[in-house]
Order: sequence, then structure tokens, then C-alpha cells
Amino acid sequence: MSMKETLTNPIFNNNPIALQILGICSALAVTSSMQVSFVMCIALTTVCAFSNLFVSLIRNHIPNSVRIIVQMTIIASLVIVVDQVLKAFSYEISKQLSVFVGLIITNCIVMGRAEAFAMKYPPLPSFIDGLGNGLGYSFVLMAVAFVRELFGAGKMFGVEILPLATDGGWYIPNGLLLLPPSAFFLIGLLIWAIRAWKKDQVEAPDFKMAPNTVGSGSHSHS
Amino acid sequence: MSSSNDTIKKTITVTVLVCLFCSIVVSTAAVMLKPLQEKNIEQDMKRNILAAAGMFDAERDVDEQFASVETKVVELSSGTYTDVVDAATYVPRAAAKDPQMSEALSGSDDLAKIGRQEKYALVYLVNDDSGKLQTVILPVRGYGLWSTMHGFIALESDLQTVVGLGFYEHGETPGLGGEIDNPRWKAQWPGKQVFNSEGDVELGLIKGIVDTSRSGAEYQIDGLSGATLTSKGVTNLVHFWLGGKGYGPYLDNLKAGKT
Repeated sequence: MSMKETLTNPIFNNNPIALQILGICSALAVTSSMQVSFVMCIALTTVCAFSNLFVSLIRNHIPNSVRIIVQMTIIASLVIVVDQVLKAFSYEISKQLSVFVGLIITNCIVMGRAEAFAMKYPPLPSFIDGLGNGLGYSFVLMAVAFVRELFGAGKMFGVEILPLATDGGWYIPNGLLLLPPSAFFLIGLLIWAIRAWKKDQVEAPDFKMAPNTVGSGSHSHS
Repeated sequence: MSSSNDTIKKTITVTVLVCLFCSIVVSTAAVMLKPLQEKNIEQDMKRNILAAAGMFDAERDVDEQFASVETKVVELSSGTYTDVVDAATYVPRAAAKDPQMSEALSGSDDLAKIGRQEKYALVYLVNDDSGKLQTVILPVRGYGLWSTMHGFIALESDLQTVVGLGFYEHGETPGLGGEIDNPRWKAQWPGKQVFNSEGDVELGLIKGIVDTSRSGAEYQIDGLSGATLTSKGVTNLVHFWLGGKGYGPYLDNLKAGKT
């Protein structure tokens, strides 16, 4: 795989949220505002890229029996540093993100990439892979946040686009979009759209529904 | 991955080195950024205090604006100033959790559903140029639907007229109870009256929209539609904190001029 593919594949072809259905938790929680989502995307992309880089740097020395712990130590340290930096330089946003920056530690995308990619490949491709997966996550988050903030609060990045009826305008916002469950619907629709466009992402059904059988004796020998 | 990685010696060495390196990175970041973070927290609190009194100007430096605000410690039960604790370092929220520094509230006493109340509270006084009291800013908190709402209420020097109310931390439903942050809703507070002719706290939220032509409207604020419990919580916290269990004794002393 070329570097460019490593970077761009996770955005549409192998999106961590849309195809692998990872990292949903924070995608539901922080996407009611584009500004907050944007900072979350930067935080996750940074952590994902650098954890891949550091894991890859020492991959030939990591004992197999403790590899997950070693990865977690590196990821957790990076997350704490990111959290501290946010608290120091972007206090307002860090207040809104609250625990979700800390929860990047448990974000499956970060650890998934460390285990699946960085343990096998050299540092540079690993870094690019982390960056690409961060961008794939960011793409979904920003798309969801765009819809939620625009139709839920009439704003984009906090700037009023649709004047709200409660403030003397004409737009009556959809309150559901401000609540986390709405992100489920949006991510679902997004997955549908991506799979309609890229048919190879459609999963084979786990089982086939048996056709309805007409007649009375079909269950008599069960 | 060569098999030599899996010896006990190598496993321990790698683990120790990784941990050592990571802990150095983490502690360096924490120590170096701490002054900035503490400044942020302090400035944020000052901003909230100023905003509740309608004095906050985003264009100007927060510390400079806060220079006109005097912080004092009040013993809630007696309503007098005290220097038992230092106003600069005292954290009421931590004190409310400390059995030595707080009292448990129960049943009808605990109108705002806060569980424990600190014995000492911080109050913020704004004096005009001649040193006359202009505004009193009081920290308040109480339970809404999901969360404890933390905020400030500011009163004029008559200790009867509201200057403003603002919450800086809450977890109410966005779009419903979360509308306590809506500037249009908050704009109703300035000018409202707190105590009725009997001296009881009358100010509170009603169901629906206040009819300004009727008597008693000066004590009423629009309820938040779709957020009955948040609205009740706001009424309760105003009644609790401005009543006898809260700043009541202090406000009485302040009125009588004997703090």
C-alpha cells in the first residue's frame, strides 16, 4: 500500500466509524457543536498518529505477553498530555469536552490501530495510518456535528445561520438533534449512504430469513 | 518479534523503561502547564461572577475588571463576616463535602437538594467610586432535573432588586432545561424583586409566560417550557439561598448595617 493510500483509505474505503463501527461513544457525545467536535477530532488524530508512531518505534522490543499494557501506557500518557494542553490553552473547550478527552484512552480506534498496524509496520507508515484513521473519524464527526448543530441549534461553529424562533427568527429547531441519540440516526444514515456508494462494504448477511411456509403440518416434528 | 523479547528479564526491562519514560513526559507536562491551568480556572470563575452582575466586558482584561470586586467570607448561620478561612484560598465546593466544614441538610430544610451545606460562604461586593455598596453577588446552587446547577445571583444595594442571574455549570437537557443559559431568558431577571412585604422570598419561576400587567409580576419569571423540574429547581435554589438557611441572616445584617 502506498503512503497516500494509507492516509486516504480510512476516510471512505475503510472508515473506522462507518465500516468498523468503532469509536461510536464519543461520536454520539460531543457532536452537538461543531467547535467542540473539531477540537475532539484534533485531539484524537494527534493521539492516534503519535501512539502509532511510538508503538511502532519500539515494536521490535515489545514483549508479546505485555504488548497491550505497553500500548495502553503510551496511549494513556499521550491522552493525559493532550488533556493538560487543552486545559492550559483552550479552557472553555476543555470544559465542554469534559471527560471525553480522557476517554480517548478507551477509544477502540486508537488501540485498534496500534495493535493492528503499528505493531507490524515501520514508524512512518504507522504515523500516516494513525493520521488517516484520525481523519476518517474526523470526517464522520464533523459531518454529524454539522447536521446536529445546524438543525438543532441553527448555528455553524457557534455562528447563527438559521435565526431561531425563540430569538425572534423563523426557524424552529429540532430538539432531538441536540440529544446524543440523534447521532445514532445520523451515523446510521451515513453508513447507509457510504455503503450505497461503495457496494463492497456491504456485509454478507449472517443468516437468511426462511420463507413463510404455507400449511399446517410444518412444525409437527420439531 | 523475536522470541528473546519474551524472557522475563526483557519483559521487565521494557515495561520499566516505558513506564519511566511515560511518567516523565506526563509529569513534565502537568507541572509545566499547571500555572496556566490554574490561571484559567481562576479567570473563568471571575468571568462568571462578573457576568452574573452584568458587568462582564469581553473586550477588557478580566483581572482588571475584577479589581473593583471585593471578596469576603460570611458565616452563614450568623450572617456576619469572618476570617476563620482565607477568602483567597477557600473553596466552598470542597468545604461542602467536608464534615468539619459543612452541615448535612435533611427533608424540608434541603429545599435546593444539595445534601450538605458549607458553614462559610464567599460573597462578592462591588462598591462604587465613593465606596458605597453597589452590588452583592452571591454564589447559589441547587438540583434541577439531572444535575446540580451552579451559578451566581446578583442583587442591588437595596438587597431587594435583582441585577442578574447566571449559571456556570449544569447538566440540564440541551434545548429544554439547558435554556437557563439562554440570554433572552436571563434578561428577565434584572429588576425583579426578591422579598414580598412580609419579608419572605417570593421570587420564582411560574408556569407559562409572565403577564406583566398583573400584580405580583415583579416576583415572577417565565417558566422554561418542557422543563418543569429544572424550573422548579431554579425557584427552589433562589428560595433556599436567599432564605433563612442561606444568605437570609447576612442580607438582614447588611440591610441593618451591622455586618
